[in-house]
Amino acid sequence: MQKSLHIDPGKCTGCLQCEMACSYEHTGTFNPSRSYIKVFTFHDEGRFAPYTCTQCDEAWCQRACPVDAISVDMMTGAKVVSDDKCVGCKVCTIACPFGTINYSQATGKVVKCDLCGGDPECAKACPTAAITYVDADWTGYDRMMASAAKSLPSAEATT
Amino acid sequence: MSWTRKILRVNLSKGTCTPEALNMDWAKAYLGQRGLASKYLVEEVDPTCDALGPDNKLIMATGPLTGTMASTAGRYSVVCKSPLTGAIAASNSGGFLGAEMKFAGWDMIIFEGKSEKPVYLLMQDDKVELRSADAIWGKSAWETDDILHATHQDPQMRIACIGRTAEAGCLYAAVMNDKHRAAGRSGVGTVMASKNLKAVAIRGTGGIGNLEDAKKFMDAVDAGKQVLADGAVTGQGLPIYGTQVLMNVINGVGGLPAHNMRDVGFEGAGDISAEAMAEPRKSDGKPNLTTNAGCFACTIACGRISTVDKTHFSVKDKPQYHGASGGLEYEAAWALGADTGVSDLDALTYVNFLCNEDGFDPITFGATVAAAMEMFGDGDLTTDDTDGIELKFGSAEALVAITELLVTGEGFAKDLGQGSKRLCDKYKRPELSMTVKSQEFPAYDPRGIQGIGLNYATSNRGACHLRGYTVASEVLGIPVKTEQNDAEGKPELVKAFQDATAVVDSAGLCLFTTFAWGMDNIAPQIDAACEGDWSVEGCLEAGERIWNMERIFNQAAGFTADDDKLPKRMLNEAIKGGPTDGQVSRLGEMLPKYYEIRGWNPQGEVTAETRKRLSL
Repeated sequence: MQKSLHIDPGKCTGCLQCEMACSYEHTGTFNPSRSYIKVFTFHDEGRFAPYTCTQCDEAWCQRACPVDAISVDMMTGAKVVSDDKCVGCKVCTIACPFGTINYSQATGKVVKCDLCGGDPECAKACPTAAITYVDADWTGYDRMMASAAKSLPSAEATT
Repeated sequence: MSWTRKILRVNLSKGTCTPEALNMDWAKAYLGQRGLASKYLVEEVDPTCDALGPDNKLIMATGPLTGTMASTAGRYSVVCKSPLTGAIAASNSGGFLGAEMKFAGWDMIIFEGKSEKPVYLLMQDDKVELRSADAIWGKSAWETDDILHATHQDPQMRIACIGRTAEAGCLYAAVMNDKHRAAGRSGVGTVMASKNLKAVAIRGTGGIGNLEDAKKFMDAVDAGKQVLADGAVTGQGLPIYGTQVLMNVINGVGGLPAHNMRDVGFEGAGDISAEAMAEPRKSDGKPNLTTNAGCFACTIACGRISTVDKTHFSVKDKPQYHGASGGLEYEAAWALGADTGVSDLDALTYVNFLCNEDGFDPITFGATVAAAMEMFGDGDLTTDDTDGIELKFGSAEALVAITELLVTGEGFAKDLGQGSKRLCDKYKRPELSMTVKSQEFPAYDPRGIQGIGLNYATSNRGACHLRGYTVASEVLGIPVKTEQNDAEGKPELVKAFQDATAVVDSAGLCLFTTFAWGMDNIAPQIDAACEGDWSVEGCLEAGERIWNMERIFNQAAGFTADDDKLPKRMLNEAIKGGPTDGQVSRLGEMLPKYYEIRGWNPQGEVTAETRKRLSL
């Protein structure tokens, strides 16, 4: 079964636990500036949105890479960057429609979410379940159910 | 090790920025943040100096856990001598700035001297420099934040700054960071302004590694987060209702002061409570509360983000206040609301926005307005004194008008900006200032809750609930229930809370964790991250050492047992009606015992034996 990160921005409080967990897993330091997941704050709306790679099936980054540095982790479906092959040309960062693969000055390579090999630290660290790791076929399940609930006749109408 | 072991000394008179090694002997004895910065202050500043002169220093300090993944570990403190109280000031703030300072590679910044012209400190990892603040001096804290982000084209930059009230000399100006988090009390922002320092802009990319025992640390952190998630207050009450969950609770137990503490119990409490914030408004069908928000690394997320009804009189013609922003916390809702008798939730929210926008302490401000309202009602103040404002208890219009006036620093705002002690002295009603050491009470009546009164009287920064929050025990039963009205046992309770709080404030953690965490949850996190003995006993001894060090500073500044007192109203005017009917504060019964268990003499002075025991 393939699983996907599922993000519900409505539950996010902007605490950055996910960024800390991600950077700790990948760099051994607590360092949001090197996290592969980012939380954006929309101040005037009072909203927060965690955002990271959705692991496209036909990944634009992978197609664009001139040195075949991006491969598919067959266990998780994650698109993974090989540091040995990456030459830091950044073409993938132009190709990605979502901006979720980025160049790192610290390493001279591009970096992106690799789903932590199938046990994403961000999802484990999130205190409000704004980030979960779910069956890839069902990332829309919550919203579908919420919409379905709205389609029910109101309690008054049925009595 | 968790400390970066590096501090930055900024001499504003000379315009120099000099890195220094952190004094590790002091770090092992005073931990960090409040404790460690206070140690530097005590060693470097003459306690009798003019708080607003160049000899005072302003220290922004993180704790060893600040910037780690421990829940709530984003705190920093601003430490200096206070211009409001003349005592030591240590104001604590959340948000994201503290962690950013650590990521940039610094434990602490010490500002000394006074700049000839307004400047701000730009810190980008190792690169630090003072820059001209010409473009931001005279701007609000919000504008300053926006301008610096635009200037440096860096959305990730974190900014601490002062607003216009600090520049105007208001004695209770705050240091604001991340727009609506504040090192709020005791006028630390005023000291920053006195140094011609407008802002500190920080971007750190280095991160924090090298924990003493990383595996042990992550285990302790995970266990701690679980305890917070399972706690009734930290897992449910605070995220859903915020600190405002207290408004109806404290009113219900006869502990909510109103009308400059003339009364206990406020008829409008329900209208300004957490429950009211969550209810859809009659006017526009939307709730005041937009969402909750967390500070850095916080898994509680008590922060309120609110939106005022666009048609409300306070913001009707002011579209800049129509978006969401930092909403009411309990203390602000009490001081701006119950203490002034105002029960208009949106008006209070707007006034709270202004407190954030221009950086001033809503507790001292609200309480000062309340004192002015009482004097206005008694005829000591007239509209001739108040720039024409009808300063009556319960008037939302008057509250809004006087807040907008405060920001200008003109006319009656000059008096208001001095706090209630100086205001009431000036108009010859000193007994109406509800203060200890010239700092205003927060939202718990010391007549209705005995322990908190002793804590106010003995707090090293003047009246403050955050020095020893015995309300947790006396009202909420955390960690064990003690009776509100008992004086017996309270000296021990106050000491225990004060010492433990000093540890939390020095670690980089938020005090609100202690609604679920005991020292046996906190110490293992510190111990795994830091070198040195940070067992429960080691932590509590450091807490006691910090408390006594602050006391010694205050003694040297001229404070005596005579300053450990409550206003006569708290001692002589009994509560009328409600569950605490007939009560007064029994401070006199508690204080001698408190001195004794502190190891102080009957005059409240730290004895030689106690100094020796705590290596002071």
